[in-house]
Amino acid sequence: MTDDHVYLSLAEGSEDGDARWAFGTGFEDPLHGVDTVVPEVVDGRILAAYCLALGDDALVSAQRLAEWCTRAPELEEEVALANIGLDLLGQARLLLSRAGQAEGSGRDEDALAYFRDADALRNVRLAELPNGDFAFSIARLLVLATWRLALFERLTGSTDPVLAAVAAKGVKELTYHRDYAAQWTVRLGDGTCESHLRMQRGIEEIWPYVGELFATGPVEREAAAGGIGVDPAAVREEVGATLLQVADAATLALPALPADPHPGGGRWGEHTDALGPLLAEMQSVARAHPEATW
Amino acid sequence: MMPDNDGAHESANAAGSDAGEQQLQEHFDRTIAHDQRIEPRDWMPEAYRRTLVRQIAQHAHSEIIGMQPEGEWITRAPSLRRKAILFAKVQDEAGHGLYLYSAAETLGADRADLTERLIEGRQKYSSIFNYPTMNFADVGVIGWFVDGAAICNQVPLCRSSYGPYARAMVRICKEESFHQRQGYELLMTMMRGTEAQRRMVQDAVDRWWWPSLMMFGPPDGDSPNTAKSMAWHIKRHSNDELRQRFVDMTVPQAEKLGVVLPDPQLRWNEERGHHDFGTPDWSELKRVISGDGPCNAQRMTRRRAAHEDGAWVREAASAYAAKQAAGVAEQQQQEGRAA
Repeated sequence: MTDDHVYLSLAEGSEDGDARWAFGTGFEDPLHGVDTVVPEVVDGRILAAYCLALGDDALVSAQRLAEWCTRAPELEEEVALANIGLDLLGQARLLLSRAGQAEGSGRDEDALAYFRDADALRNVRLAELPNGDFAFSIARLLVLATWRLALFERLTGSTDPVLAAVAAKGVKELTYHRDYAAQWTVRLGDGTCESHLRMQRGIEEIWPYVGELFATGPVEREAAAGGIGVDPAAVREEVGATLLQVADAATLALPALPADPHPGGGRWGEHTDALGPLLAEMQSVARAHPEATW
Repeated sequence: MMPDNDGAHESANAAGSDAGEQQLQEHFDRTIAHDQRIEPRDWMPEAYRRTLVRQIAQHAHSEIIGMQPEGEWITRAPSLRRKAILFAKVQDEAGHGLYLYSAAETLGADRADLTERLIEGRQKYSSIFNYPTMNFADVGVIGWFVDGAAICNQVPLCRSSYGPYARAMVRICKEESFHQRQGYELLMTMMRGTEAQRRMVQDAVDRWWWPSLMMFGPPDGDSPNTAKSMAWHIKRHSNDELRQRFVDMTVPQAEKLGVVLPDPQLRWNEERGHHDFGTPDWSELKRVISGDGPCNAQRMTRRRAAHEDGAWVREAASAYAAKQAAGVAEQQQQEGRAA
């Protein structure tokens, strides 16, 4: 038995360090070579608030996707949903870290993820709704991925080089998320009677939370004005057109997007009652051991 | 992860009745004797095929059920880095399950049928996954012990006589050694942390040590079919050899970590050049294998629920694929008429 040297060397340090684990297996550091100093032209306060909101969307979405683990309808979906969850978790980590840097508070990704209460989170409410059935989760993923992709495509030109780099990496990931969700929307919409009904119901159930994605809050307005971020109202038409195309292929009826979304929702710190339990679970171990290092 | 090495049940194939089969058998025997690979299209004795399907399926089931004990902690992982590592690991296990079901399919098995056998309790998975995960250190200890034991079991399988299985094992072993490192590194970090964290690590070590030793299967004297699997080069080492190897490798790692392995009989034996250690409670292994472990019912309930809740999704995918195929066929027919 000569070939288990891997095991024998377990207690020795590894040559390339453990840093590569930070973003899961096979991930490259997306900020390699990027200057992380906040540029003088960028308002740190606005950048922090803007990154926090986008980071919270990703964090809460990843948490919901993690809940699918061991519950997916097929093994291929186990792998795919975890993949999407991992991508979003990676985005959340980069964006929360950037928010901490920009606000200059010394709060890192974990302080922001584990030691804020629900009213301090700025994710859109669509991300926090409980998973529902596979059709509901796919409907939500389709809308969130299409919306986020449209935002990230524009954010690659952000005046903040870190946000631009995060967006550039995210575009590739989100393109896959959108395609995955679109393919399932079509399969379920044009599959059996039952799957059609479930998919249609999924869309109807998420729809009350979709308008909020295009509402311009005070942070977005300032971020867009300063070239840091994007006014979400600017992607409304593009997102609506993509969703309509998918719905048509899926033989589903898509309600109209509200023309002038009512301000309010997650970006304003107004959440559904689903966020509290989600955070309670996510934060339980970290808060039970606040002095610990992991 | 690895199924228990409880040996094969099938009796060896009766010698070929006609000369053709005799010749095929001789060719097979020569291939095995020369340590060459058997490939899916090669002739193989029926009992060899059955033994492999059973072993590979159990291994695949173990990967899938093995997602559960650790998967429980993804939503609660106490840092985002640990969450990412754990999420990726559990995803890898789903991937391993996929490769292994594919390897079983090269032998004529069908994934849906194997899944049915699992959820009906007709095929087993490794008994280790019937133990609960009680605190976050369990995630690290599972990486260290359970992935470690799996590596001991599986590294020799990379030289298994059946090609697709051996090749799947090469990839799986690489990923599992990575998981084991990550688990050990988590424990190292926790041991450098608070007193409560150190207690969590020792508690997890106490609970997982003996079940991990049982992962190698019953003692050689109670595993009569091991000999056949070894003769066929499906398996390369006996249960007791692998168990000894695991103990010898783990003891110095425990010392470095600063935990105590819960076995008062554990000591170095200069004469043997190995560690002596106590006897696992084999009646416990029998109980857990026969369905009476702490989490057997829970694991099967979850797997069955996922399968049943997903039935409408799989039906929809099949219906959609059939519609697409029919559409393509119709289009081809029309084009044929037009031409």
